[in-house]
Amino acid sequence: MQLTLWTYEGPPHVGAMRIATAMKGLHYVLHAPQGDTYADLLFTMIERRDHRPPVTYTTFQARDLGGDTAELFKTAARDAFERFQPEVMLVGSSCTAELIQDDPGGLARALALPVPVVPLELPSYQRKENWGASETFYQLVRALLASRVPPAGVDRALRPDGRKPCCNLLGPTALGFRHRDDVVEISRLLTGLGIDINVVAPLNSRPTDLLRIPDADFNVVMYPETAATTAQWLKRAFGQPMTTVVPIGVNATREFIAEVVALAGLAPDLAGSDDVGRLPWYSRSIDSTYLTGKRVFVFGDATHAIAAARMAEEELGFKVVGLGTYAREFARDVRDAAKRYDVKPLISDDYLEVEEQIAEAQPELVLGTQMERHIAKRLGIPCAVISAPVHVQDYPARYSPQMGFEGANVLFDTFVHPLMMGLEEHLIGMFRDDFEFHAEASPSHLGHSAATPQPSTETPQDVPAKRTDPVMVSEIIWKPDAEAELKKIPFFVRGKARRNTEKFACDRGLEVITVETLYDAKAHFGR
Amino acid sequence: MNAPARNLPLPDSRPASSGCLNAPVLREHGQREVFCGLTGIVWMHRKIQDAFFLIVGSRTCAHLMQSAAGVMIFAEPRFGTAIIDERDLAGLADANAELDKVVERLLKRRSDIKLLFLVGSCPSEVIKLDLSRAAQRLSRRYMPDVRVLNYSGSGIETTFTQGEDACLASLVPELPEADANGPPSLLVVGALSDIVEDQFRRLFTDLGIASVDFLPPRKSSMLPAIGPRTRCLLAQPFLSDTARALDERGGLYLPAVFPLGAEGTTLWLKAAAEAFDVPPDRFNRVIAQPEARARRALEHHHEILASKRLFLFPDSQLEPCLARFLSRELDMNIVEVGTPYLNRTHLAGELALLPEGTRLSEGQDVDRQLDRCREEKPDLVVCGLGLANPLEAEGMTTKWSIETVFTPIQGYEQAGDLAEIFARPLRRRQRLEV
Repeated sequence: MQLTLWTYEGPPHVGAMRIATAMKGLHYVLHAPQGDTYADLLFTMIERRDHRPPVTYTTFQARDLGGDTAELFKTAARDAFERFQPEVMLVGSSCTAELIQDDPGGLARALALPVPVVPLELPSYQRKENWGASETFYQLVRALLASRVPPAGVDRALRPDGRKPCCNLLGPTALGFRHRDDVVEISRLLTGLGIDINVVAPLNSRPTDLLRIPDADFNVVMYPETAATTAQWLKRAFGQPMTTVVPIGVNATREFIAEVVALAGLAPDLAGSDDVGRLPWYSRSIDSTYLTGKRVFVFGDATHAIAAARMAEEELGFKVVGLGTYAREFARDVRDAAKRYDVKPLISDDYLEVEEQIAEAQPELVLGTQMERHIAKRLGIPCAVISAPVHVQDYPARYSPQMGFEGANVLFDTFVHPLMMGLEEHLIGMFRDDFEFHAEASPSHLGHSAATPQPSTETPQDVPAKRTDPVMVSEIIWKPDAEAELKKIPFFVRGKARRNTEKFACDRGLEVITVETLYDAKAHFGR
Repeated sequence: MNAPARNLPLPDSRPASSGCLNAPVLREHGQREVFCGLTGIVWMHRKIQDAFFLIVGSRTCAHLMQSAAGVMIFAEPRFGTAIIDERDLAGLADANAELDKVVERLLKRRSDIKLLFLVGSCPSEVIKLDLSRAAQRLSRRYMPDVRVLNYSGSGIETTFTQGEDACLASLVPELPEADANGPPSLLVVGALSDIVEDQFRRLFTDLGIASVDFLPPRKSSMLPAIGPRTRCLLAQPFLSDTARALDERGGLYLPAVFPLGAEGTTLWLKAAAEAFDVPPDRFNRVIAQPEARARRALEHHHEILASKRLFLFPDSQLEPCLARFLSRELDMNIVEVGTPYLNRTHLAGELALLPEGTRLSEGQDVDRQLDRCREEKPDLVVCGLGLANPLEAEGMTTKWSIETVFTPIQGYEQAGDLAEIFARPLRRRQRLEV
């Protein structure tokens, strides 16, 4: 049993819903009790979808448990088929139905519906949402294509001369983090290179589209969380190669172009594109000097976290002081990435643990999910959201991809926007008691309350106790003039200055901190 | 414009009609597009300020709470989930030990918790995890610092607001015994927002009802007393189990119309006033001003709402009361009143005031209900969050019903706000030019 205040992922059947809702011509019959329909509002409210998810919930109640819940499932499945006339039906259980073991797959088979029925086995007490999405996509593709797999030893036919190369885009789902815009951006990039798009799936595809997947020369794995399993099977079954680079960031996009150009068998000189967006110049322009070495903590799903960390270091000149993911399935990739930045990888879906690690790392910027936005708000640290879990705000009306060169432009703005502007930082450093540029001021473009440390009324003893080691602090006394001097340091670096000074004093066995100690520590830490 | 709302006759001056009191009800079984009882925690944990609600359930339960709570609007909420995993499913003894560990970790973190609810869920009910024994065991361990109670908010047993009912019912045995020879006291039952509570308290004082308590209290240390001299006035229509538990403690149930709208509030107060023998002229004097104010506030919304056709999907069990208010005080035409569960005893007064011939439905088969709704083409649909945007996309005007649970709507001073909730989507549609 695990104590959870907030969860990074839903249960696996919500992952299945992300596939079903992304597609057309599909219907999902979910054996579930009353209340599980809450999942509909993820799609209709957070993502503002104008259609109900194509899901029928059997809605069993306590009184049904003594009776025949299996019959209830069969009635619901039969009615759903008649009403919605899907091309393919998915059937499965939510967590409670899994416990009563009615076997929706077997029951649906007994109905002998005239369309393919794909049973989903999604163990709710072991797995989570992204795995559920990945597994559902895989089971669906496999069920539709298994009969077309060529016999072993038959090589893949070469592309006829004169036909343009083409690929599939795999992985975008409903309720994905900017998947809608990424598909547009990557399609534009690929067609610009002379590569046609064969099938995009699951987003906006039909089961009949999935049948055409093997026609493409290769697969683009946009989001390994949802598409890697399927792409690996397609590679084994149909000999279809797959991409390994996720094109988030300027450098990753360049590598992605090189990879797809090679997979498509195009002339390599096509890979050297001139138009790489604005990020490289914006980062080089002197206004960005103040970004140098900003300490950033990155947390999210594996794909977005790894990409954001790389961009932060290579393309914005930040310093990554923490990198983690809640996606245990991709822990190895995140561990490898963390080595590059010499940080300890954080693999956890425990919100409280993530909060502790962020507090300890003392970052100046957090790049995370909606959960980290919350943590950062409590700690008074600026934050940008770069990954699911999402909020209605993460579905902006404007075009806002994360992938490709336009995605890099978007991410430059995303990372920089929460921060205090360079000149503003200087003014606050210069004039302590100015009515506008005073030490407690928040970034002027973010209104009045943003990024101001807010005392939490909820847990008086909690966060402050964790931010500094109580044993260490209790032995050290700040002299009043040192305390006063500390207050002259702007709030967004004051916490760090306090901790550095205390550590400096502690390491040297000093019991009293004077103004001298404060500046000694500053000289020691170099900032 | 004349002001029909102001001139509305009170029910006792109307020609005798039983309204929908004995009307047939369309009972449906099928897919229900409603929340489970766990969702009640979203407001209950704000109401009882030193209570923590620990759901014993699955990741789905945690995810529901997160989604229903508008994705984390609370910095650190006073609710959480002990997520059952496969190891717990292997053996029950293990699950109990695991639960004890979770509670220990929680209470260590949160010394501000004085009342802990273990809240049962679908999975915990199906694996028959005995939370009442767990609560007794943990109470023995943590009393007097922390009292541990349990109730079920599972979807297989409860719908949305029934979670509050189950929670309050679990509190009733904990209430202290009232002095059997003391003066009669009034107990207002059902969570109200603090501002509404304060307004009602002032009105009861003006009526001369001296001893008034509210259940739930704002703090667990302020549990009201109950006994044969306690008159129980329900402020919410979904409290079947709580009323039964209060009855077992000797509390006297006061039948009343619920305090929504000017008329509803007057009738509700009147039920209390009669039980406490408040002289009619004193009653009329006390309510005259606020009631007139409420009717004035309603006038702002009369024109846009009057004669519009309204369809209510089942959600909170407030639906019959809302329909009564909107039809009688704002002259809306009610097409269908859906409710997850119809308690004919508690709602007798409401049903009698509903226009004869109003279609009542209980339970849900959402696809069939949507068929009826599309066929009727109502001017305004009150429904849950899962249906609202899809119906808007079809061209209907909707109001999400959850707002009536998360907004102060009871009493005279909120009557206008309640009308405005329904007027806003219609005004918005008029205003938009895109």
